[in-house]
Amino acid sequence: MRAKSLAEFGLPVELAEAHAPVVLFDKVNLSFDDKVILRDVTFSVRAGHTKIFLGASGAGKSTILKLMLGLLKPDSGTIWILGHRVDLMDEAQLMRVRHHMGMVFQDGALFDSFTVGENVGYKLYEETILPLEEVRQRVDEVLGFVGLAAHVDKLPSALSGGQRRRVAIARAMAARPTLLLYDEATTGLDPMTALTVDAEIVKLRDLEQVTSVLVTHQLRDAFYVATHAARRNAAGQIEMFEASEQKIEEADFLMIREGRVAFEGHASDLRTSKDPYLKAFLS
Amino acid sequence: MLLTGFFTGAVLALQSGMTLDQFGARPFVGRLISASMIKELGPVLTALMLAGRVGSGIAAELGSMVVTEQISALRALGTDPIRKLVVPRVLAGFIMCPILTVVSDTVGMLGGWIVALTQLRVSSGVYWSAVVEGLFIQDVYMGIIKPFFLGIVIVTIGCHVGLRTSGGTQGVGRSTTNAVVAASVLVLIVDFFVTRLLISILF
Repeated sequence: MRAKSLAEFGLPVELAEAHAPVVLFDKVNLSFDDKVILRDVTFSVRAGHTKIFLGASGAGKSTILKLMLGLLKPDSGTIWILGHRVDLMDEAQLMRVRHHMGMVFQDGALFDSFTVGENVGYKLYEETILPLEEVRQRVDEVLGFVGLAAHVDKLPSALSGGQRRRVAIARAMAARPTLLLYDEATTGLDPMTALTVDAEIVKLRDLEQVTSVLVTHQLRDAFYVATHAARRNAAGQIEMFEASEQKIEEADFLMIREGRVAFEGHASDLRTSKDPYLKAFLS
Repeated sequence: MLLTGFFTGAVLALQSGMTLDQFGARPFVGRLISASMIKELGPVLTALMLAGRVGSGIAAELGSMVVTEQISALRALGTDPIRKLVVPRVLAGFIMCPILTVVSDTVGMLGGWIVALTQLRVSSGVYWSAVVEGLFIQDVYMGIIKPFFLGIVIVTIGCHVGLRTSGGTQGVGRSTTNAVVAASVLVLIVDFFVTRLLISILF
C-alpha cells in the first residue's frame, strides 16, 4: 500500500522486526524561557507495544509527542524514532521519518475546508504517487474501520466531537504508519463515545500491528486500552476480549509529574502503587 | 478596488482642476491624472486595499490553522506548510497585484474623465490626448513593475504573521491587526525604495 518501502526511504528495514525499540528517549530536557517542561525524561517503546502517558494537565505529556514528531526540539538529550536521531534532523529529513508516523491531535485538527474523505486521504493524495482509485479505496476502507463510511462527503463541521476524533484516527492510520501517537484522543467525549475510540486504538494495535503511544488523563480509557485485545473471528468480524496476562504486560504506563517521570510500570503495578500522588491520581 | 480607483481619479480631477485654473491650464487635467494614477496612486492604493482585504484574510486563516493545530497536523502528515500554504499565496499575490493595479488605473482615469467632462467642461478628446501625452513609457513600466513587489510584500507579511500566531482566538485577532498594520506601512516604505531604484534604472 505504501508508495515506497522502508528501505527506499533510507530507513533501516530491521526496525520492522518485532520488539525492536521504535521510540527511545534518553535524558531529554526541554524548557520554554524559564519554565522547565521536561527534566531527564528517559523511556523506550517497543514495536507493537503500547505506552501510556498519564499526568495532570500541563505536566508535559503532549510535549513528548511533539518531540517525537520533531515539531519541537529538545534542549538536551537524544531522541531516536524508528532508528533515526530526530533531535538532530532538519525539517526535510524529518518528513521522511514522519512518513511512517501518524498523530491524532487533541481536538482532531482536521482541515476544516476539506471533506472527511479528503482529510483522511490527504497524505496519500499529497505525499504519495498512489493512483487516485487506490487512494479512494483506502479512504473507504479506513473510514469503514472507524465506522464512518457514510460520512465521506461531509465537512468536519457537520460531525459530532466523537466522530471528528474518529476521523482524525482514520486520517492518522490511512498511510499505514508503524507508529501512532494519540494526544488526549478521548478527552471531552462522553464515556460511551470514548469507549468506541478506545476500541479503535486497540483494533489498530492488534490487527494492524501499530505501535501506540497514548497521552491521556482519562484513567478509564488508559486501562481499557491496556487490558483489552482485538481479533478477527472465523466470520471475519472484529471482536474485543479481555487481554491475556502477557498481553497486558505489553502496555506500559508512565506518569509524568512536573516534567519528570514519576512512575513507570504495568497496569497492575500502577493499581498497587503506594505512592501518595499516584494514589490521589487514581482515586 | 473599483470604487477606490474610480473615486480617487474623480477627486483628483476635481482638485487638480481648481489648481490648474489658476494657470489657465485646465485642459491639461488629463496629464496630471494619468501621471499620478499610473505612477503612484494606482499601485499604492491597490496595495493598501489588498493589505486590508487579502493580508488580513491570509493572517486570520493561517492564524486559525495554527491555533487549531492544523499546521502541526500538516507537518505531522509530512507536508511542508511553506510549500503547501505560503508559496501558492505569494505567487497569487505576485500575479494578481499588477493586474488589479491596471484595473484600478483604468477605472481611475475613467473617473477623472467623467469629472473632467461633466464638472470641468473639458472635452473627451482633449482629456484623453492629455492622458496619453502626460505619460512616458517609463512611467508605465514603473506602474506595472512596482505592484509585483507590493503583492509579494502584502502576502508574505500576512503569511508570516499568521503562521506565528499564538494564544488562541485572541491571538488570531491580534495577528490580523498586526498583518494589516505591518503590510500597510511596508507597502509605503517598499514603494519609496522601489521607486527610487526604478528611477535610477529607467530614467
